Amino acid sequence: MNTEVLNIIREQSKKALAARLGEGSQDNFQKHVLVCGGTGCHSSGCQKVYDKMEETLKATGLDESIKLIQTGCMGACQLGPVVMVYPGEYHYCHVGEDDVSEIVEKHLKNDELVERLFYTNNDGELQPTMSEMDFYRRQQKIALRNCGKIDPTSFEEYLAVDGFKALEKVLTSMKPQEVIDVIKASGLRGRGGAGFPTGVKWQFMADNESDEKYVICNGDEGDPGAFMDNAILTGDPFSIIEAMTICGYATGATKGYAYIRLEYPLAIKNFRLALEACRKNGLLGENILDSGFSFDIEVREGAGAFVCGEETALMASIEGKRGEPRPRPPFPAASGLYGKPSNINNVETWANVCPIILNGPEWYANIGVGKSKGTKVFALAGKIVNAGLVEVPMGISLKEVVEEIGGGIADGKAFKAAQTGGPSGGCIPIDYYETSLDYETLAELGSIVGSGGLIITDEDTCMVDLAKFYLTFTQEESCGKCTSCRIGTKRMLEIMDRITKGLGTEEDLALLEELAYIVQQTALCGLGQTAPNPIVSTLQYYRDEYLAHIIDKECPAGVCDIKVKKKAAKKITA
Amino acid sequence: MATVTVTIDNRQIEVEQGITILEAAKKIGLKIPTLCHMREINEIGSCRICIVEVQGARTLQAACVTPVYDGMVVRTNTETVRQSRKMLLELILSTHPAECLTCLRNTNCELQTLAKSFGIDEIRFKRVTGKMVKEDSIDRSSPSLVRDPRKCVLCGRCVAVCEKVQGVKAIGSVNRGFDTVVAPPFDLELGDTNCVNCGQCALVCPTGAITEKDDTAEVWAALSDPTKHVVVQTAPAVRVAIAEEFGMEPGTLGTGKMVAALRILGFDKVFDTDFAADLTIMEEGNELLQRLESKQNLPLITSCSPGWIKYVEHFYPELISNLSTCKSPQQMLGALIKTYYAEKENIDPKDIVSVSIMPCTAKKFESARDEMNASGYQDVDYVLTTREFARMCKAAGIDWDNLPEEEFDTPLGISTGAGVIFGTTGGVMEAALRTAYELVTKEELDSLEFTAVRGLEGVKEAEIEMNSVKLKVAVVHSLKNAKIVMDKVKEGTADYAFIEVMACPGGCIGGGGQPIPTDLNVRMKRVAGIYQADEQLPIRKSHENPAIQALYEEYLGEPLSEKSHQLLHTEYVERDLFTNAPAKKEEKTAI
Repeated sequence: MNTEVLNIIREQSKKALAARLGEGSQDNFQKHVLVCGGTGCHSSGCQKVYDKMEETLKATGLDESIKLIQTGCMGACQLGPVVMVYPGEYHYCHVGEDDVSEIVEKHLKNDELVERLFYTNNDGELQPTMSEMDFYRRQQKIALRNCGKIDPTSFEEYLAVDGFKALEKVLTSMKPQEVIDVIKASGLRGRGGAGFPTGVKWQFMADNESDEKYVICNGDEGDPGAFMDNAILTGDPFSIIEAMTICGYATGATKGYAYIRLEYPLAIKNFRLALEACRKNGLLGENILDSGFSFDIEVREGAGAFVCGEETALMASIEGKRGEPRPRPPFPAASGLYGKPSNINNVETWANVCPIILNGPEWYANIGVGKSKGTKVFALAGKIVNAGLVEVPMGISLKEVVEEIGGGIADGKAFKAAQTGGPSGGCIPIDYYETSLDYETLAELGSIVGSGGLIITDEDTCMVDLAKFYLTFTQEESCGKCTSCRIGTKRMLEIMDRITKGLGTEEDLALLEELAYIVQQTALCGLGQTAPNPIVSTLQYYRDEYLAHIIDKECPAGVCDIKVKKKAAKKITA
Repeated sequence: MATVTVTIDNRQIEVEQGITILEAAKKIGLKIPTLCHMREINEIGSCRICIVEVQGARTLQAACVTPVYDGMVVRTNTETVRQSRKMLLELILSTHPAECLTCLRNTNCELQTLAKSFGIDEIRFKRVTGKMVKEDSIDRSSPSLVRDPRKCVLCGRCVAVCEKVQGVKAIGSVNRGFDTVVAPPFDLELGDTNCVNCGQCALVCPTGAITEKDDTAEVWAALSDPTKHVVVQTAPAVRVAIAEEFGMEPGTLGTGKMVAALRILGFDKVFDTDFAADLTIMEEGNELLQRLESKQNLPLITSCSPGWIKYVEHFYPELISNLSTCKSPQQMLGALIKTYYAEKENIDPKDIVSVSIMPCTAKKFESARDEMNASGYQDVDYVLTTREFARMCKAAGIDWDNLPEEEFDTPLGISTGAGVIFGTTGGVMEAALRTAYELVTKEELDSLEFTAVRGLEGVKEAEIEMNSVKLKVAVVHSLKNAKIVMDKVKEGTADYAFIEVMACPGGCIGGGGQPIPTDLNVRMKRVAGIYQADEQLPIRKSHENPAIQALYEEYLGEPLSEKSHQLLHTEYVERDLFTNAPAKKEEKTAI
């Protein structure tokens, strides 16, 4: 494969995709029907909808003129199963098996819209197309640019959306250092949680001479509620492969590993299919695009341990060892996988690389706010109308995300707090409802962007119970290596358990705070150090709720099951 | 050497670049407390006890794994550091049974010492352990070692030593998080695994989670049985270590007091394993000459170390034919006690109880091997480690300082300097060379010291010329080092005629049954003690031992005689790679 041939295939592929690219069909397929195959839609039954659609199209002979595709996640999980019809970006919500024939009869055969399946916002406004919908309008999709838009298993469809253009540009016109400089200048930071500047990380690896270096994709997404990495791996695997290859070229690595958790079978399947297609088409392997650069990627399945998302634990796991973090230094850029320089980035970070190369670092750096450049994907969940996956420019306010994109709080309740950053994060109370969602601001408030978990709570949420939920998770997922995390989180959880049962004392609270601080200060890895964050953050903003459980023996939100009765005040005898 | 300037507790020092805060602090007289740390073996920073404040760092840093850098400012004794260390200890203690008084490691326990130095006066948490740790989960399946997971603090030292020093990996971390335990794989008990019983894990355990299996009760019972004739033998390495148990410096030679103590305890005869070491040289030396002549089963590999033997049986069964068929000195002496000595003294071997004091936990396993019964009774009935022997002395109220020095009983207590150096790595080789050289060349050696095979280097090589024939030999200690050489032997790239292997680092002086602590410094001092003992002895070559000469004249005939084979030689079994079971032989199908 050389660049000439690649571009010929790309042009042909673009024609096949024209109906979806807003250019009107240029082949036999007049309409394209896209059934969302994301996690949310799968659980609401999209497979049955897809099967029914396929069956109906075949039976009516429409399969000759209508292209049916199962895509990756479109993001509007609460509205699933979602079916889209192109041209026109028509967005059908909550499509059931029984709705399929109506869509076929009316829309596909006769261009009549099935209005009852369109989205209606809180003000009663009908929003039939994607660009009209509140949920999508305020979003800016870079990492998720292809998710829900293309067949993730099709090499040609990826080419049609400018796939491998960035790699072509890098291999034909850029020196490795130039590539790193572009990533640095873009201001891209690690999307897995820590927010470390990606270009700087690449530079560290490039600066370390070695006969072998490794590029690693961290697809061990483990934060409860977060599923953007799954969405990207499943819905746009080629973009990750392309980005990793670019990094290999920039940093001098020839081998990559994609570490994907076992619980993401579709992501693993699609990623493997994409790897095969790349190898078949000469975009992985020896002498890619006649550049003299060789690179290949191997998939490693993680067994589902949360701690394996920590980079040193992840590398231990790839080596077949027990997934436990080790002290740093040495940092992976100096001594990582198999003791060789290694660069590890999160899936979402990888997904930003190609657009930055193609559109330039200035374009990317212009999006976002302050030191937080570009966009961030949030997994919007909790007591919100439109839960789902949203990609927004950094610096957008929490309120905009909740009310404009998320459609507000469900069931007409009042916003109480947003929990960000998953089990390593904290909460943002209503006093900071209009706060900017970016690395620095959230850190100031005692929370983090983290991997992008964004759980909305309402007045019925008990913050003590919420904190206990996260601590239960981290305690269970502790690897057991260091004292602080192994025993510290366990003892903290025991205290939280007592408090939520009404058995806690003020001494317990003092001990909890002491423990939280010491675990943060002394744990070996980032996961242990951040495990107390939900406690610390809720204690900062909702101490009164803790005290209500401890002193008044009651849960203000009515969530915790407290059977202990408050001791009556001593009777004053006259 | 590049240096950096660091400030530790307001004191500026220049130190070698790349060393850890822990090492740098030592240079200014600060011993930062540690629990999991073992230099070059377990540098994992898991216990967190050594945390310190580093200016500019977000969190506290573990001193044992954090390298210093130029301009680093460290504070090791702030309120935060003290409070954190105390809390970490409290957390560890909240999973640890408070059974100090009934623990073998009482008063010699690193956790106890830490708790004392931090003044822990209460534990604010209820003792709750992981679900894998049950009150009855003590593993007594091994003939050598007892595992008590309840006392484990998950420091990882035993796991590291088993993997990195011995290359056995019989134990590892099992389960996750709070339920993590150190255990053998596949839910096996230790006695059913490929554990070679070397006991290095017990030496490095900071608490009483892995200890020697205590056989003192059985020995006390034998000593108080008037119908039994209780005989004891002591290994070379015990005499340079036993005094440590009574507060003396490592390496202090305690031979005479040890013999006296054994008599006070009530042993009827006190013999010396060194005698059998001399005998081993006669048998094994002749075996070497025979193999050199026949060019069969070379290189010859020593068989004194029972941990090493079991290692071969599991990991290198194809090299079993290279092993010397000689029993270890313990077993040779055991066999002679119940035959030669019994006949000489006219005692029925069934009435003899044969006890040995060994630096070794694997000797317990060895003595129990089915084939070790030359007289029809087990050659050795009970094996006590140096530590168990010390406990018996203490129980008997023996006042070490005021003990007289006494001599071993004859004839099985007569030995040479060649016998005593069996206690250190290189000793068997040196003893063999002293004898082989003189027997082959019929010339007297100018110097008895073969320095090339001395010292604590992992793999040592030497070349000796005898009658213009050059003999290349190798000496290794610790099984990971043995593996390096055995892989070469397997590949056919090793041209050694004779290899000495000792399972434990430093040889028997560093054995798993020796006083705790046994670290590099202690090992070096014990080695010095061994060579001191050698120099002090009037006879330093095995073939010149008059008792050995008499044994051959009166009883055995000559080395490798039929009688020798019957009493002093043995055979080995192929074992499964992961379990203690004999290897499954592939069934041959009839053609």
